[in-house]
Amino acid sequence: MTLLLHTLSWPLLLAGAAFCIIGGIGLFRLPDFYTRIHAAGITDTLGAALILIGLALQAEELLVVIKLALVLAFLFFSSPACTHALARAAFSHGLRPLLQDQCFDESFASDYVNWVNEETEEEPTSAS
Amino acid sequence: MKHASGLAITLFVAWLLWSGHTAILLVTLGAGSSLLVVWLLHHLGILDPQGQPLHLLLDIARYLPWLLREVVRSNLDVARRILSRDPPISPCVTRIKAMQKTPLGQVIFANSITLTPGTLSLRVRDGYVVVHALTREAGEALQDGEMNRRVLRLEGETP
Amino acid sequence: MMAIPLIAILVTMMLALTRALLGPTVFDRMLAANMFSTKTILFIAVIGFLTGRPAFLDLALLYALLNFVGVVAILKFVRVSGSDLSELSVDRTWEQST
Repeated sequence: MTLLLHTLSWPLLLAGAAFCIIGGIGLFRLPDFYTRIHAAGITDTLGAALILIGLALQAEELLVVIKLALVLAFLFFSSPACTHALARAAFSHGLRPLLQDQCFDESFASDYVNWVNEETEEEPTSAS
Repeated sequence: MKHASGLAITLFVAWLLWSGHTAILLVTLGAGSSLLVVWLLHHLGILDPQGQPLHLLLDIARYLPWLLREVVRSNLDVARRILSRDPPISPCVTRIKAMQKTPLGQVIFANSITLTPGTLSLRVRDGYVVVHALTREAGEALQDGEMNRRVLRLEGETP
Repeated sequence: MMAIPLIAILVTMMLALTRALLGPTVFDRMLAANMFSTKTILFIAVIGFLTGRPAFLDLALLYALLNFVGVVAILKFVRVSGSDLSELSVDRTWEQST
C-alpha cells in the first residue's frame, strides 16, 4: 500500500514541478502584466495543488494530510483574492491591458471606453 | 448566535489540529482564545453570515469537483499556449452579467473566474463582472454561462 | 528523488525574482513577489518532507497567511501613496509590443 501511494505520488510531484516552471517561463513569454497574471495563476493553482497532493500521498500521519489540505485550501481561497486585488489596483492606476483590437464583444465595446474613464477618475485614496 | 457558535467551533477545531495538544489546561486556553476571537469579531461588528457561509457548505462541495475540472482544463490550455512558439493568445476584455443575486454569490462567481487561469475578473460592479481573458475562446466560454449557472444553483434560495 | 521538485521550485523562484527585478511596472514586480512567496510555501513544505519534519507545514501555512496580508497591505500602500507611475505606458497597442 505504501509502495503504491509512493509510486502514485511521484508523477504528481513531477507534474507539479513542471507546471511551476511553465508558469515561471510564462512570466517571460507573455507580453504584458495582465497576461502574465494568467501565467502566475498556473503555478498558484495546478502547480501548487499537484505538489501538495503528491506530498500528501507520502505522508505517514493523518494530521499531516489534513494540514496539507488546509494549506491547499487556503491557497485556493487567497490566490484569487490576491490576483483580483492586484489586477484591480493596476487597472484603476491607469495600466491598460494590451488588447487584440476589437476582440471584446460588441455590446461592451462602446461602453469600454466610458468604463475605463470612470475607473481611472476614481479617487485612488477613497475607501472601497 | 448560530454564526457565532459555528465560527467558534471552526476556530477551535483549527486550533486543535495545529497544536496537537490534549492537556486539559492547554485545551481550555485554546477554547478561551477561540471565544476571545469571536467576541472581538462581534465587538468589531464584522460577525455576519457572509463571513462564514456555513449554510453553503454542502452546495460548495457539489460545485467544487466541476470547478476543479475546469481549473485543470484551463491550466493545460494556458500551459500549452505558453510553451508553443510565439504564444497564440488574443487578450480581450469582456463584461458578463452575474446572474447571482447575493453579493456572496457574485464573489464566488468572480473568484471562480479568477481561479481559472486564462480568465481574470478585473472588477465586480452593478451586477456585472468585467473579465480579462487570455484568449478570445476563454472569454466566449465564460459568456456561455455554464459557470454562471452553476454558481447560481449553488447560491440556491438562501437569503 | 525529492530533490527534483525542490530544484524545480527553486528555478521558478529564480524566474519570478528575475521578473521582479525587470519590472517594468510596479504591478509586475508585485505579481512576481506574490508568485515567489507562493513558491516559498511549497518550498518549505517539500523541505519538511525531505528532512522528515512535517512540523514545517505550520511554517508553510504561516507564510501563506503572511503572503495574503502582505499583498493586500502593499496594494493599499501603492493606492494611498500614489507612487510614481510614470513608468506605466498607458496607450501601447498590440502591434507595438509584439
